[in-house]
Amino acid sequence: MQKVDYPVLAGPEGYLSPSAASMGVVLPDEGEALVEGRIVPEEEAMEKIAEKLLSAKNPFFFPGPLILWAWNEKAVEKAKAVKEMTEVVPAKIIPMPDYRPKYPTINPREEINPNHPNLTIWHNKIDVCVFIGVHCHYANLALKIVRGGTNCYTIALCGEYGHEDAMITLRDVHTEKVRQLTEVIKRAKAERKGRR
Amino acid sequence: MSANIVKISPGFEEIMPEDYRNLVKDGPYGRGLDVDKLGTFKELIEEHPLCAGCGLALSLRLILASLPNPEDTVIVGTTGCNSLSFSQVAIHNIHSLFGNQNAVATGLKRALKIRFPQKAKDVVVIGGDGGIGDIGLGMVMHSWFRREKITTIMLDNESYSNTGGQESGMSCEGAVLNMAPTGKKFPKISLPEIARDAGCVYSATITPASPKRLGKVVKQAILIARELGPTYVQIYCPCPTNYKFKPQESLKRAKEKEKDGSYPIKEYLSPPAKEFVEGLEVVNKPR
Ligand code: SF4
Repeated sequence: MQKVDYPVLAGPEGYLSPSAASMGVVLPDEGEALVEGRIVPEEEAMEKIAEKLLSAKNPFFFPGPLILWAWNEKAVEKAKAVKEMTEVVPAKIIPMPDYRPKYPTINPREEINPNHPNLTIWHNKIDVCVFIGVHCHYANLALKIVRGGTNCYTIALCGEYGHEDAMITLRDVHTEKVRQLTEVIKRAKAERKGRR
Repeated sequence: MSANIVKISPGFEEIMPEDYRNLVKDGPYGRGLDVDKLGTFKELIEEHPLCAGCGLALSLRLILASLPNPEDTVIVGTTGCNSLSFSQVAIHNIHSLFGNQNAVATGLKRALKIRFPQKAKDVVVIGGDGGIGDIGLGMVMHSWFRREKITTIMLDNESYSNTGGQESGMSCEGAVLNMAPTGKKFPKISLPEIARDAGCVYSATITPASPKRLGKVVKQAILIARELGPTYVQIYCPCPTNYKFKPQESLKRAKEKEKDGSYPIKEYLSPPAKEFVEGLEVVNKPR
């Protein structure tokens, strides 16, 4: 098994926690994913996401501008698939409509902002969250702040190469992969039911 | 594509904060509105941290209500009091390092031209007199020399207000400020004329005491820049905090300075810009 020098675990890790990339965590190649700083096959990460979401007390999805706004047909399709996933879990949704810092503060019940995501997590007592449709640099910023200041378990479903600062990250997440993950969650849910 | 920036993906309408839903329903995007419609639509800026009576805040509100194409506009700003309000503005905006704004705007305009060759994407620089007239003047002038098709709008409060009141090149001769206690020793820079001579096809000054005219000037500056070349608009923005007058006297002060000529209202159009504006007037004439 790959040795992880810097496990990316739920915080609070403290003010100015290092970025996972600077601690040697590298992004996965195609077909792979990251779980707590370790490169694993994508299927394994999907199972882990399902487990985390289904065992969470208060799971939340944070959809970003890339899917909240109807830029094009692809965005609308992906948004639909994400909405279905939240219903399957079931998880609540708090949107990140844009990245304006909106000082002095946002309303943490209504929205999340990359500049102070910890407020939304603290106020809503969120133990597992999923970032999806958030532009890379803002996702990186928010994920690091969340890890630094809260004990929330973060999952980043990324349309590009993934995010080292999330506890679990999948890469190349487009509509089809969202649906694939939804199926994994459905199956895991049925299995959990069967076990009870 | 751009109009869809302001359409919410189906299924997510209910979870969006009310402010965003209202922007989609009642915002100015794609509607060709104007300052005389203020009060009838959801504005692009509604809250800001600037001082009571700040001339920048009022001018910014008027500028935002006059953008010909807000959904296809990117604003480039720089350090100054006005930049503090941009996190409240519901339009794409970039904050550049102090003085770099016209260089950033140049790159952006060129990139947008390559990325969206069929579309009119307006790049508008909005900065203070420090950013545009002093610290960034080199970059500003070189963007004019290069004939970049961007609009530069100076919110001229005649001082460095954000840092406690130092004189700027745009302060008037004799101006006394907190950190210029003996009064400024040389005259205000004549930037509208410099702009004209440096290649701006349109250059104008205005104050928020004439809101309709301000709206018209901003709109035509952006439309001319889109077609012909660089344009410059300079707006007098009284600063009650540093010039030490009551916030409620801001507009009166702007009106007086407009009337007594101490803030001269000017407008220079190159012959092609003049022809272009006349064309616009014919198109917009009520039938
Ligand atoms: S210091 Fe002056 S320019 Fe700055 S926000 Fe206050 S009134 Fe406006």
